[in-house]
Amino acid sequence: MDLGYTALILLIPISLFLILGFNFKRLKEPVSGIIGTVGLGITALISYYTAYSYFFGGMEGAKIDGVYQKVYAMNMVWINFSDTLHMDMGILIDPISAMMLIVVPTISLMVHLYSVGYMHGEAGFTRFFAYLGLFTFSMLGLVLATNLFMIYIFWEMVGVSSYLLIGYYYNKPSAVLAAKKAFIVTRFADFGFLMGILMIGFYGESWDFKVLADPAFIAGLQAKFGAAFMGISVISWALIFIFIGGAGKSAMFPLHIWLPDAMEGPTPVSALIHAATMVVAGVFLVARLFPLFSFMDDGAALQVVAYTGAFTTIFAAIIAFSQYDIKRVLAFSTMSQIGYMMLALGVSGYAGHDGLGFMASMFHLFTHAMFKALLFLAAGSIIHAVHSNYMQDMGGLRKYMPITHITFLIAALAISGIPPLAGFFSKDEILVAALHDNILIFGVTYLVAGMTAFYMFRLYFRIFWWNEPNYKHTPQEAPKTMTIPLLVLAFMTIISGFIPFHSLVTADGAAFHTHFNWYMVGASVGIGTFGILFAMLMYKKENKLSTRFRAAFGVFYIWSYNKFYIDEIYMFVTKKIIFDRIAAPSAWFDRHIVDGAMNGIGSGTEWISDKIKGLQSGRVQDYAMFFVSGVVVIAMIFWYYL
Amino acid sequence: MDILTLFVVMPVLTVIALIFTKGQNNYRLVTLAGAIVQVVMAFNLLYQFLQLKNGGNTDTMVFMRDLMWFEPFNIHYLIGVDGISVLMIMLTSIIVMTGTFISWKVSDLTKEFFIWLIVLSSGVYGFFISLDLFTMFVFYEIAVIPMYLLIGVWGTGPKEYSAMKLTLMLMGASALVLVSIFGLYMNSNPDAIGLAGLTFNILEIKQVAIPESAQIIFYPLAFIGFAVIGAFFPFHTWSPDGHASAPTAVSMLHAGVLMKLGGYGIFRVAMYLMPQGAHYWVVPFMILAVIGVSYGALSAIRQTDLKYINAYSSVSHLGLVLLGLLMMNEIGWRGAMLQSLSHGFITALFFALIGIIYGRTHTRIVSKMGGLMTVMPVIGALYVIAGMANLGLPMFSGFVAEMNIFVGAFEHPDLFHRIITIIAVSSIVVTAVYILRVVGKMLMGPVMDEYKDLPPITWYEKVGTFVLVLFSILIGIFPFFWIDIIDGAVGPFIQGII
Repeated sequence: MDLGYTALILLIPISLFLILGFNFKRLKEPVSGIIGTVGLGITALISYYTAYSYFFGGMEGAKIDGVYQKVYAMNMVWINFSDTLHMDMGILIDPISAMMLIVVPTISLMVHLYSVGYMHGEAGFTRFFAYLGLFTFSMLGLVLATNLFMIYIFWEMVGVSSYLLIGYYYNKPSAVLAAKKAFIVTRFADFGFLMGILMIGFYGESWDFKVLADPAFIAGLQAKFGAAFMGISVISWALIFIFIGGAGKSAMFPLHIWLPDAMEGPTPVSALIHAATMVVAGVFLVARLFPLFSFMDDGAALQVVAYTGAFTTIFAAIIAFSQYDIKRVLAFSTMSQIGYMMLALGVSGYAGHDGLGFMASMFHLFTHAMFKALLFLAAGSIIHAVHSNYMQDMGGLRKYMPITHITFLIAALAISGIPPLAGFFSKDEILVAALHDNILIFGVTYLVAGMTAFYMFRLYFRIFWWNEPNYKHTPQEAPKTMTIPLLVLAFMTIISGFIPFHSLVTADGAAFHTHFNWYMVGASVGIGTFGILFAMLMYKKENKLSTRFRAAFGVFYIWSYNKFYIDEIYMFVTKKIIFDRIAAPSAWFDRHIVDGAMNGIGSGTEWISDKIKGLQSGRVQDYAMFFVSGVVVIAMIFWYYL
Repeated sequence: MDILTLFVVMPVLTVIALIFTKGQNNYRLVTLAGAIVQVVMAFNLLYQFLQLKNGGNTDTMVFMRDLMWFEPFNIHYLIGVDGISVLMIMLTSIIVMTGTFISWKVSDLTKEFFIWLIVLSSGVYGFFISLDLFTMFVFYEIAVIPMYLLIGVWGTGPKEYSAMKLTLMLMGASALVLVSIFGLYMNSNPDAIGLAGLTFNILEIKQVAIPESAQIIFYPLAFIGFAVIGAFFPFHTWSPDGHASAPTAVSMLHAGVLMKLGGYGIFRVAMYLMPQGAHYWVVPFMILAVIGVSYGALSAIRQTDLKYINAYSSVSHLGLVLLGLLMMNEIGWRGAMLQSLSHGFITALFFALIGIIYGRTHTRIVSKMGGLMTVMPVIGALYVIAGMANLGLPMFSGFVAEMNIFVGAFEHPDLFHRIITIIAVSSIVVTAVYILRVVGKMLMGPVMDEYKDLPPITWYEKVGTFVLVLFSILIGIFPFFWIDIIDGAVGPFIQGII
């Protein structure tokens, strides 16, 4: 069957954006909600159909000799640079993009439905749905891109949608600042990404993913560009630059500072963009270029990925211990889990069972999208009920919000790695992959598994148990439009662990066998349970234990609470150094030195003409004297020389 | 009357019609009618040009016409266009039309205002169609002089100072251009190709090949002379003051069209006729151009006046035009030309919006405004769109242009070019800072009491701004169409350079 219909996956969301965006004052609330949700529903159906026919339905050229291939549903040259180097626009379907065709529309559809209830009564209701359409379009364009430049294009579009949605409450100064910060930090990272793209373009002479994934092509590059700079080949440098872009979008240390602030956006946005889809774009990018990362002999780029991921995962987990804003706890937890995905890619090999890390990373991306979106939407429903983001204002909510409570618990168990929920399977694969490769990274990963269980259940017990504060209004369960998405996602969280990723989404496209490592299962479930029990001890009933722990950790607690002062360091560099020490002097220099010089020439001319204007006095005596003196001078010159 | 001369004649006819018109309303109707006819003519030209090229015409210049103007010095009225001139003419016609819409409510000396605006545009059209250096120079002067009156009479703030500064600096620059034109003329050795005498004809001079020693002397004069009008560091200071004082439509025309004469002149005259000089001087000019790119952007961060921010932003973006040209390869040049077009539309849009906002709030100081998005949602949204286009968001023209320049720049593997390129690329971050700073402060945030009820956007403002947005998007989404036209023109030129 002709694959032209896949273009609809992109065309429908962008039309939704245009329809809603142009009529943002005219359309009434339920109408725009229905248009947005139904449109997205259709997109989701087409996406599911595409993914299904790719994996199982015998899409033409999808599977050759049991190996999944890259299928170009369409591809046209957009800007031509040379015979091999061109920016294209097209649609690429391969295992990871087909997988994302399930993740993105599912979460987006659930968020649309949820927002109908959550955003009810907001003045900018239509505008909100328009932005959601724009975001979905950009994100789908990013995952379906056929070449690096197309990814970059949609990468920027995703950034702008994120900017618009974080700054959705644009009368609120903190939201405006957060939006600006998110855009500028990721833009700074994109500078690295763009440099990497340009380097790949110049040295590799192609941006096309089919070419860049071809082992023969990569071997050619390897031979052509050996170690170039500091013992690392130029292609590896390019990959490191590209990874900077990915690290910015995926909030890897030290470019993570925008993510916690991005929680200023409406909660459905946090679920869609800052938990499930956009923030994993960096992981997706590394996965997309994985052959290139993997086949470089020096392996430098992959090591950078692994260690950045490992550091971020523990760094974020430590901060998550001490935060009180429930959305920020979830934000740091997201950072930590994305670190997991990154390090899994970093420790992975390419073919067969060596590619376990890659598979585990994609698996975790999928399951994490489901349970983290669920956590955020549940948090949104809680915030909706108690009108506060802070856990001090919560407690005992299990009585008032049974559906939210159960779904939140399922998601929390999933992220803590308790079988048979989704997170258990994917996390377990990551632990195995890490153990195969690097004992240090494994240690970090294992430790973080316990820490995750602890802070998630700290959150859970503080919200749903603990001590009930005096609510001004009795909290109520959210309306149906909000609870249905919770139930759907909870269902996905329960079943998605059983999807056979090892035979569908692998680095080289071929299926391989995985088997349970029962020691690992025992160890990971053990540390998860330990974390949960420890949290239960401290937070199930109000008690002084947590205060005592806080005092015992002293300065470490304060560092963690203040997020290790990274924001302050950035603030110092941007405000005190760039803004005050570079931008201000250059503005001054321009007005006073450069322009001063120009004005100086002007006033100099004026001064000279003022001084010599006396010569044109109009008095005959003066002219006579000039004339005579001139004659004398000339006569003297002649006399002297002749 | 041939299709090109009409572009110079039509403004003259409009001016004559205006002189005999009476009544405030009729002035702008006549001007608008003239401007719309120009737009139709420009698209007709584009259509005819494409027909000709698709028909297999491979001439460098088409629609040529040659009339003797002043025989003793062999000065001709020689006109002709290639793809780049056609696009520049299209840009000019659209900016003039949208500028007319935006200045719908000019009430002081309306007639004279429009007359000078039209005279300016006629000079610009003449510049883009001339192939004779002397004729080109005459048109250039016709374009520059009305600026003095338009700013000096209809401007705001220290308008006499700004107008004088602008005129003096541009005149000084054109003196350099004139010297280099005469240098070319004197060195156009006629015996080499069997011509009757010395010549100003660009195509003929190209064939004689100016001696290298002469190129090394005259190239920097021509380059700097043209570059000053393209806001070349350190000769850009006329531009912020000029913009700040100029009325809206003049700022639009100034930034949208007039500043493009610089890049176009460098491309058509300096580099094309003196390639060896261009190679000889490439390093110092490239350093100055890249300083302009990042220094303009950095200075924009600290400005408080909207017009100053955009003036410095123009310094930065036009620095990229010069940088693209100085890369001296096909992709760099293509990027430079795209950037000229793109900057024309986007900056004109910006100045139009600044004018619209200023007309309502009566201030251009960013820190004195806040929450305008709530009060004027359409204008606010347009400003955000303009900002996004300016910071190089894909789907707008700026992205395509910048990417071509960067890819072109990356084709030089030596360390010097690499460093220059990295500095230039880093400007995309700084651009985001100054754009979002304004958006965050002026449009977002809490609504200020004094701006609670401002009038919404009017129909003529809508038409003016929407057209500009449309063209930026047309270039951004269908770059291949425009690139084909530009490539057809750059091709024959680049062969003479490398």
